Amino acid sequence: MSRANTTSKPARGFRVPGLSLRRREAIEAWLMTSPTIIGFAIFFLGPLIAVMVYSMAEWNLLSRKMTFVGLANYTDALTVNADFWQVMGNSVIFAAGLVPLNMALALALALCLSRPFFGVVFFRTIFFAPVVTSAVAWAIVWKFLLQGEAGAVNQMLASVGIDGPNWLREPDWAMAAVIVTRVIKMVGLNMILYIAALQTIPRDYEEAARLEGATHWQVFKMVIWPLLAPTTLIIMVITTIGSFKVFDHIYLMTGGGPENGTLVLAFYIYQQAFEFFEVGYASALAIIMFVIVLALTLVQFALRRKQVR
Amino acid sequence: MTTKQWRTLNRVLWTVSLLIAAVPFVFPFLWMLSSGFKSASEIFGQPSLIPTVWHWENFVEVFQYQPFARQYFNSVYIALSVTGLTLIIASLAGYALARLRFAGAGLLMLFLVSALMVPEEVTIVPNFFLIRWMGLTDTHLPLILLPVFGPHGVMATFLMRQYFVALPKELEEAGRMDGLTTLGVWWKIALPMSRPALAAVAIITFLFSWNLFLEPLVFLSSLELFTLPLALSNFTDPYGAPLWHLQLAATSLAVLPILAVYIIAQRQIVESFAMSGVKG
Repeated sequence: MSRANTTSKPARGFRVPGLSLRRREAIEAWLMTSPTIIGFAIFFLGPLIAVMVYSMAEWNLLSRKMTFVGLANYTDALTVNADFWQVMGNSVIFAAGLVPLNMALALALALCLSRPFFGVVFFRTIFFAPVVTSAVAWAIVWKFLLQGEAGAVNQMLASVGIDGPNWLREPDWAMAAVIVTRVIKMVGLNMILYIAALQTIPRDYEEAARLEGATHWQVFKMVIWPLLAPTTLIIMVITTIGSFKVFDHIYLMTGGGPENGTLVLAFYIYQQAFEFFEVGYASALAIIMFVIVLALTLVQFALRRKQVR
Repeated sequence: MTTKQWRTLNRVLWTVSLLIAAVPFVFPFLWMLSSGFKSASEIFGQPSLIPTVWHWENFVEVFQYQPFARQYFNSVYIALSVTGLTLIIASLAGYALARLRFAGAGLLMLFLVSALMVPEEVTIVPNFFLIRWMGLTDTHLPLILLPVFGPHGVMATFLMRQYFVALPKELEEAGRMDGLTTLGVWWKIALPMSRPALAAVAIITFLFSWNLFLEPLVFLSSLELFTLPLALSNFTDPYGAPLWHLQLAATSLAVLPILAVYIIAQRQIVESFAMSGVKG
């Protein structure tokens, strides 16, 4: 993050009297970064400040009246609206289901696929393919596969004598279904991060341990797992943040239902703002989401810094 | 059994279990494609991966049901615009942040880092009013501007900066000696040396724009302006029930070209994601 590399020679070319090379370099730098800075100010910084202001207003688009209400939107969320805690609960359940499942599967696949063998590229290509596929397409296809009676998954279960539930319509199953299908979609990403980390572990370590008579499991527990710890921590934070941002997947698969059973925070914000037009309340929710993601990101930065040392 | 036979058996068992694990990853694609060829009634009949009759006309009907060709084109040109603009803007700013000395650079970096922390959902409400005030709702401009200047653009800027920082300086210094300006050095020396980073940014940016859903959903209302993700979710009968055979045919048309490119350029694409995942 520091400004390293400052020894490069200053620009030659034409000279403007009274303008030192240093000055010139600074002006060039500001010009080169100006599209980023201006766009950032207009489409990011401004809106971020605006959302904080909105969050303290009672503002329904239909009534077109905006009144300042202080922190009422926040207290509404935290104490009045039963929805809010259900949504937070759903978001936590979604993250708590998705993150461990995703990471365990990613690690298992990475352990299988980190070393070259015949077919390794084939398998890596397959496990990563859903990552490049649009979330919308993925959600549409799985919604189709997970229909009640007629869905392919249930038809297949029926052929082995299992009576499958109506996955996306039953409260107990809908959450599990969106979690598992999301894991299948995104696990490839964590898999390649794990593969990259595994490939930096020298083979001698493992061979030495094997020579001393360690089993595969012991090698994993005593050698590989500790060496992967930094990667594991970062993947965990990235995946948790990612799970709080999931919107399209759930929007298309369950529409937040049944009985709001899969309504998560990102969806709730969208719903309040663009379906119920409660701009003030939606903005307060957005700030709450911002705080959660900010906290997780700070954890990530702290972990990275520790790792660099 | 000899050790060699044991090894072969072991190998076979591993491969079989990996193949079983691969089923939920491959099956949706196969089922999507095969159902796209089925009739509306066969879709709910006995499941079979091979349609009894191949209904090629589904793929024609997709284009009649809504302006799908136009929507397809929208997605392509928007994704290309976002990619082109992001490459230029991110590499310009990334180069300045990596190589030029200027007061405020540290603060600027800090500001940009903060953008990485904020999901689009947080700023979508005020951005909706901003875009409406600019008179740009139901146009494609917000779908180009927001990704280029939002958190994704910042991530691209960082990726480029990290790559530029790691490049050897000698060539750029030689370029200076030969009288190149800063922009000249950036364009003629730094960019050609940064092909891997540019390719990575291009790939992830194209896919980011191609798959964007929330922004089109919020900003677009005219059918002929829809992008693919929005169009795909729109194959429903008048009562809102999905027309599966058309929807899955359309989804196949949207997904398969990307999958084909992915299979051809698999290594490059996977590396691009690894790069952005680790550094971004």
